[in-house]
Amino acid sequence: MELKTVVFYVFAAIMLFAALRVITARNPVHAVLYLVLAFFNAGGLWLTLQAEFLAIALIMVYVGAVMVLFLFVVMMLDIDIARLRQGFWSNMPLAVTLGVLMAGEMALVLSTDYFGTTSFPDQAMPADYSNTKELGRLLFTAYVYPFELASVILLVAIIAAVVLTLRRRKDVRHLDPAAQIAVKHTDRIRVVKMAAEKEPE
Amino acid sequence: MESSVLQFFQWFWNLFGLWDWVWSWFKPLWPLVWVIIKIVVILVPLLLGVAYLTFWERKIIGWMQVRIGPNRVGWWGLMQPIVDGVKLFLKEVILPTKADPWLFFLAPALAMAPAVAVWSVIPFFDGGALANLDAGVLFLLAVTSLGVYGVIIAGWASNSKYPLLGAMRSAAQMVSYEVSMGLALVCVLMVSNSLNLSDIIRSQGQGTFANAGLGFLSWNWLPLLPMFFVYLVSGVAETNRAPFDVVEGESEIVAGHMVEYSGMAFAMFFLAEYANMILVSALVSIFFLGGWLSPFGIFPDGILWLLGKMVLILFVFLWLRATFPRYRYDQIMRLGWKVFVPLCLLWIPVVGIWMMSPFNIWK
Repeated sequence: MELKTVVFYVFAAIMLFAALRVITARNPVHAVLYLVLAFFNAGGLWLTLQAEFLAIALIMVYVGAVMVLFLFVVMMLDIDIARLRQGFWSNMPLAVTLGVLMAGEMALVLSTDYFGTTSFPDQAMPADYSNTKELGRLLFTAYVYPFELASVILLVAIIAAVVLTLRRRKDVRHLDPAAQIAVKHTDRIRVVKMAAEKEPE
Repeated sequence: MESSVLQFFQWFWNLFGLWDWVWSWFKPLWPLVWVIIKIVVILVPLLLGVAYLTFWERKIIGWMQVRIGPNRVGWWGLMQPIVDGVKLFLKEVILPTKADPWLFFLAPALAMAPAVAVWSVIPFFDGGALANLDAGVLFLLAVTSLGVYGVIIAGWASNSKYPLLGAMRSAAQMVSYEVSMGLALVCVLMVSNSLNLSDIIRSQGQGTFANAGLGFLSWNWLPLLPMFFVYLVSGVAETNRAPFDVVEGESEIVAGHMVEYSGMAFAMFFLAEYANMILVSALVSIFFLGGWLSPFGIFPDGILWLLGKMVLILFVFLWLRATFPRYRYDQIMRLGWKVFVPLCLLWIPVVGIWMMSPFNIWK
């Protein structure tokens, strides 16, 4: 067995274990941390596929930013496990239906030859091949319009999220830094010249 | 270098006439041993540097405040960091009653590991990096962004109020300043046309000024001056140093995520913070101050230049701590999102147009 195969099985096993723990862990914070571990191992798997840009981008974006904010939110939750487990059985049929549907869809994609997944070409790239450069070239030449379109959609989503949650509260004291800096000492204090002692009458 | 180390081993074992026997079973292990030797050569000076950075910090701040600073242990107090280390080592490590035992002890390790792992891609001299990664900058951004987990997990696992507040502040602050750091680096990547740290340094040694023998004018700090400033300040914020140390601001939340830690567990956070400081100083030197390159064409390049630049940046770190009062939390967020990010977004097209114009100085 090649070293690469061993590495693949190690990453895959840890990833599956972590993914399983995400849905079985009782504590939501533990579940989020297991999800981080799963992402990390997915990055490792991509590295074995020589996709180093995607692997590092996955770690940077998901582990470094998205999951941090996720953890941030989950840590603020008032965790009551008894209440979390309420209604587990009544939601079960819907969850099972959705799960079976998703598994079926994945099986359809992965088992047919239509998407070419069964005959994946195993190309060994030369040592000086730069994954990042090739990806950049493709994104900015052949796929420039889809790429720009996707970025515009993301921008719209960001602005929409901000606008939807923005509420200006009137009762909060707001400090304007520009106004603070523009203050002069004459605005704040008035120096009064006066004799140190009272004149004797 | 590898061959001379091997020759030394050969000479050593030949004193006993055992070289052939040793080499026969040692040969397959040699690549691993060689990497471990290199790691030790990087890490031992790093940890010594961390120890003496704490000493230097106390001395510098002492002098700036017209005090003497530590001067009791050893000559001029030089043994102080060693004694501090021994003290921390001998202290009891306490586990709070309702803390999460696994995560509580995982957190210091998670803070320390990225701070050390990043050093694998730092080039100390031409060809002198443990791993000369093609996507070195990306690796660096990815691994440094993991450091925040140590702080967040510590804050949550302690099951205490101040640590949780510290963790919240740290999560928001680090994610915010990573954005401006990344955007500042985009300009560096544009002018150097590479993600490889060694190539970024080499590209700073070319251009109009470098060809005239004035290398220090062609380093990125001058053409990208606003980005240099943004990166340096974001680096201070990213390492939670004063004046951005709201995460552990002692007058507000005692020590933030480190409140419940004692002994070596606390020392791990401390080590990670100072290792990160040294790392940021190395990164500023590499991205903006030309790394190992010498400022004038007449001097030879070398690791000493890199170390000198790092010492300079570290001094700025300590100077800032002695000079500025702590930022308020909303001011930190405002500076990151409303000042630095727009500034970077403005400077990226400026650099792009500059590179395409006839005034391009990077050719």
